[in-house]
Amino acid sequence: MTAATFWPPDRALMHAAIEVSALEKTYASGFTALKPLDLAIRRGEIFALLGPNGAGKTTLISIICGIVNPSAGRVLVEGHDILLEPRKTRSLIGLVPQELTTDAFETVWDTVSFSRGLFGKRADPAHIERVLRDLSLWEKRDSKILSLSGGMKRRVLIAKALSHEPQILFLDEPTAGVDVELRRDMWSLVRRLRDEGVTIILTTHYIQEAEEMADRVGVINRGELILVEEKAELMRKLGRKRLVLQLQERLAAIPPSVARENLELAGGGAELVYTYDAKAGRTGITALLGDLAAAGIRFTDLRTEQSSLEDIFVDLVRRAA
Amino acid sequence: MNLHAIRAIYLFEMARTRRTLVQSIVAPVLSTALYFVVFGAAIGGRISEVEGVPYGSFIVPGLIMLSLLTQSISNASFGIYFPRFTGTIYEVLSAPVSAAEIVIGYVGAAATKSIMLGLIILLTAAFIVPLRIDHPLVMLLFLVLTAVTFSLLGFIIGIWADGFEQLQLVPLLVVTPLTFLGGSFYSVDMLPPGWRTVALFNPVVYLVSGFRWSFFGIADVNPAISIGATLGFLAICLGLVAWIFRTGYRLKK
Repeated sequence: MTAATFWPPDRALMHAAIEVSALEKTYASGFTALKPLDLAIRRGEIFALLGPNGAGKTTLISIICGIVNPSAGRVLVEGHDILLEPRKTRSLIGLVPQELTTDAFETVWDTVSFSRGLFGKRADPAHIERVLRDLSLWEKRDSKILSLSGGMKRRVLIAKALSHEPQILFLDEPTAGVDVELRRDMWSLVRRLRDEGVTIILTTHYIQEAEEMADRVGVINRGELILVEEKAELMRKLGRKRLVLQLQERLAAIPPSVARENLELAGGGAELVYTYDAKAGRTGITALLGDLAAAGIRFTDLRTEQSSLEDIFVDLVRRAA
Repeated sequence: MNLHAIRAIYLFEMARTRRTLVQSIVAPVLSTALYFVVFGAAIGGRISEVEGVPYGSFIVPGLIMLSLLTQSISNASFGIYFPRFTGTIYEVLSAPVSAAEIVIGYVGAAATKSIMLGLIILLTAAFIVPLRIDHPLVMLLFLVLTAVTFSLLGFIIGIWADGFEQLQLVPLLVVTPLTFLGGSFYSVDMLPPGWRTVALFNPVVYLVSGFRWSFFGIADVNPAISIGATLGFLAICLGLVAWIFRTGYRLKK
């Protein structure tokens, strides 16, 4: 018997927070929003779903939350099927929708308390107070929602989603049209929730947002998941830079004394392109320049380029199209 | 059973009633009082009594039914249509609630409001015309059955409607004519024989007749048949609601 068997099975290893398999959605209009799609969200992670408008982000979320019926496929939330055990799965999920769909004439306190009851939780004024304070809504608790600004309404929607202490939180475009202060507040709240063990899935088309927040990033386009990767891995790709040397005279081939990995001839022999890891201790630039001088290769200009997540993203989306 | 959810929806809807007190209680009571003046005083002067009941008193059950029907439908249809219109329905659809719980919450609140309204009108009428209630329990049974049945119908309309115009369409074009032709202001016996047969196809006739029987012991149709017809209509509405939730009709894409 190995030591490992003495350890209690790690629940996180047993099953994912959300498991989507072969999920498809074609609307009555004939529009296919999701092609067969597979995705597993790990428990306790922040997962950013990136994609252009109309890519299928909201459809995917809506199906998991039970607002849209899937055409085919299966979704498990904490191991429970959303169609067979909707009561179980739904009580685990909090959803902050993309649109500012709030009540109008109710007070902040009433609408947030309503959400808690709706999700089957006993009234708990202390919890509601905590949520409202966390979101800087406490002063506004007796205000009617229609009197609030757009940013405040966004906070109300988040408060409603958190009112029933969900284990999984969906934030659909949480920072669309939101001011800097709220964005900052929201990020610190999201981090705190993650620290408390809440799994967070956010959709966005701001890449910076994904870079800043996510543990993993998924890119969806035209109903297809075209990439799922650790953000760190993406950042490594991000960290790669290109050094472009404009040559004085065209080269037919790279001389053997200069040739090395990551060095390519481009622009019909007019450019040398060297790819390197900007975050590495040694980039190899000095050695390259030394070898070039020794080989008598002169250049007229040089520049460096960094590929951003945005480039990767645009490139991926274009390739998929 | 998610009792917390039923309670939340019910209280939410009742809070809306409180906020719109004038519109939901005062206005119907006022318009009913006007009916008393116009029909009771003006016409009642010419028709002194119907089957031994003074005309002013005779029209009371019909008037209560009229308010009960229209208010049940408008309350319940608005209650579910408005969240669909604003988009807040997303929350109810994503919540761990069953169809039955949603219906009990929304329809229960709409029916409660209508019953309150019916009782207030009854009280108002008692100040204006002499009243007696021979079968108070049957009266309450009709009040509750009608409020629930037509709140269910309103709920269905609120889900079917795709705009505020459609929301008004059924109450305006179907329900109001049926109630006016349903014997609120006259006994079906007063109609020519051919029209009497036509009237028996109007479900409202059974409601008004049964309700009036609980007051004065006079009826156009057997009160047992009235109750049966009402229960039948209730069953149809329940079936429709069940179908709506099973298919997600107009609720889910």
